Amino acid sequence: MKYYVKMVRPYMVWSFLLIVIPMLLIAIYSVTTGGNTLVNIQFTLENFAKFAEPIYVQVFVKSLQIGLITVGICLALGYTLAYQICRFEERIQSSLILLVTIPMWINTLLRTYAWISILSDNGIINTILQALGLEPVTLMYTNFAVIIGMVSDFLPFMVIPIHTSLSKIDKSLIEAAQDLGATPFQTFTKVIFKLSIPGVLNGVIVTFLLSISTFVIPKLLGGGQYTLIGNLIENQFISVGNWNFGSALSLILTAVILLAITLMRRLDQEDKEEEL
Amino acid sequence: MKKKKSLPGVVYIVICFLFLYLPIFVTMFFSFNSSKSLTKFTGFSLTWYQQLFSDAEIMGAVYVSVTIALLSTLISTILGTATAIGLSKNRKVIKELIININNIPIMNPDIVTAIGLMILFSSLKIEKGYMTMLLAHISFCTPYVITSVYPKVRSLNPNLANAAMDLGATPWQALYKVILPMIKDGIFAGVLLAFTMSFDDFVISYFVTGNGVKNISIIVYNMTKRTNPTINALSTIVILVIMVLLIIANAVPAVMKRRKINGVNRQKTSEEGNE
Repeated sequence: MKYYVKMVRPYMVWSFLLIVIPMLLIAIYSVTTGGNTLVNIQFTLENFAKFAEPIYVQVFVKSLQIGLITVGICLALGYTLAYQICRFEERIQSSLILLVTIPMWINTLLRTYAWISILSDNGIINTILQALGLEPVTLMYTNFAVIIGMVSDFLPFMVIPIHTSLSKIDKSLIEAAQDLGATPFQTFTKVIFKLSIPGVLNGVIVTFLLSISTFVIPKLLGGGQYTLIGNLIENQFISVGNWNFGSALSLILTAVILLAITLMRRLDQEDKEEEL
Repeated sequence: MKKKKSLPGVVYIVICFLFLYLPIFVTMFFSFNSSKSLTKFTGFSLTWYQQLFSDAEIMGAVYVSVTIALLSTLISTILGTATAIGLSKNRKVIKELIININNIPIMNPDIVTAIGLMILFSSLKIEKGYMTMLLAHISFCTPYVITSVYPKVRSLNPNLANAAMDLGATPWQALYKVILPMIKDGIFAGVLLAFTMSFDDFVISYFVTGNGVKNISIIVYNMTKRTNPTINALSTIVILVIMVLLIIANAVPAVMKRRKINGVNRQKTSEEGNE
């Protein structure tokens, strides 16, 4: 196998040029001013200071809120779904899991676009409400629409890792708990849930990452005025043209996500130490 | 897990699937509507499919999406597989460095990867368009290929390649005839992942494209203000193609396995018969 060591060289060059340098460029842009060329740059921390302005703090808080609500709903729905799927025979389980994965492969834009026709003022839900003689409700361009869109897009990312964890649980442990007199509720909280924590953490990290950084779903279902941190970054690069501030925002976003991942990992480790 | 099925459990699964598939069904259903309405079904027609195939902008986007997905899958699979094979016997420092760099695009939100590449292309004064989109796609697909192939390479017995070479195979032949067939499951998973990642991508394409080069996602993003059933027709085709591909990808290994088992059984019975 020694012969093939050199085969990593093309990717070393490639990853340096297209992964490392772009990250360095974002870092450089975030601490400089002087427009979008690197010719007349000056060092500054203004871009980060600008983030402390109330409007931006509000956007950040709202992104966190919406993200956490989405993760919470995905966790509740996804855990129950994974748990129910696990009750079937293995062959049916794998078909059900395939059914969960199929929407993941279909273009997010196309799926989100379809929600517009379901939720809009003269959309399917309101047509049904009117047929039943009820008052129509405004669903589009609300937090509700954005959260529905996010949950339906990200739910599979929660179900798959939890199902993987649940299906790995040794059945004899559950039987042992029952033999030793645990109630079904105790068996669930003290045995099943504890053993599925790695899957839960994985799912939470992925759905949090996706929901805090998306700008497509808020734009399509929340309307033009609806701003989360992803939309803010998009605006800085596409319409406002303040790349320096946009870069600072992206670094802050990355930092928040890294922090969340570290916290989650720590939780997992503490759990393991407790067992030892 | 307990193998007890409860009626509420089954109902819950059905409701969850309805929720996941509702947008997909709605899209497909209204693509056959004769009027422009996305809520009232006025009659069956294929108007929107006709319009779709005569819409030069959308067909151009389909061409961009498909060719970019094919090219970036091909290139990232070759690049990623070569890297994964080379990585396993490399010095620890290099191995860890590459794996860590490789994790950056996987852990980073798409939007951060996207603006990094956008700034890079602008700084290098590369004109944004088809080429930049292709480069960006290769760069975010390759890490996924490496993460699917590398575990397979690590579980390989290195003596096999050495044995092949001791028996007179050139390193190239050993690679082609011994190593690649043994890691083909990983490569196949990588191909599937790279293709769908590329075909599905919006965020990165949106930031690195220019000169009017658009893929399907960008077209849909620009069309959201108007209801356009042509998009539903396009969605329906995309959904059907992906479903068929996924079912084939899942069914082929299962059928092959069954055939192998049947083959072995048949052999066994014929052997028993001979005795």
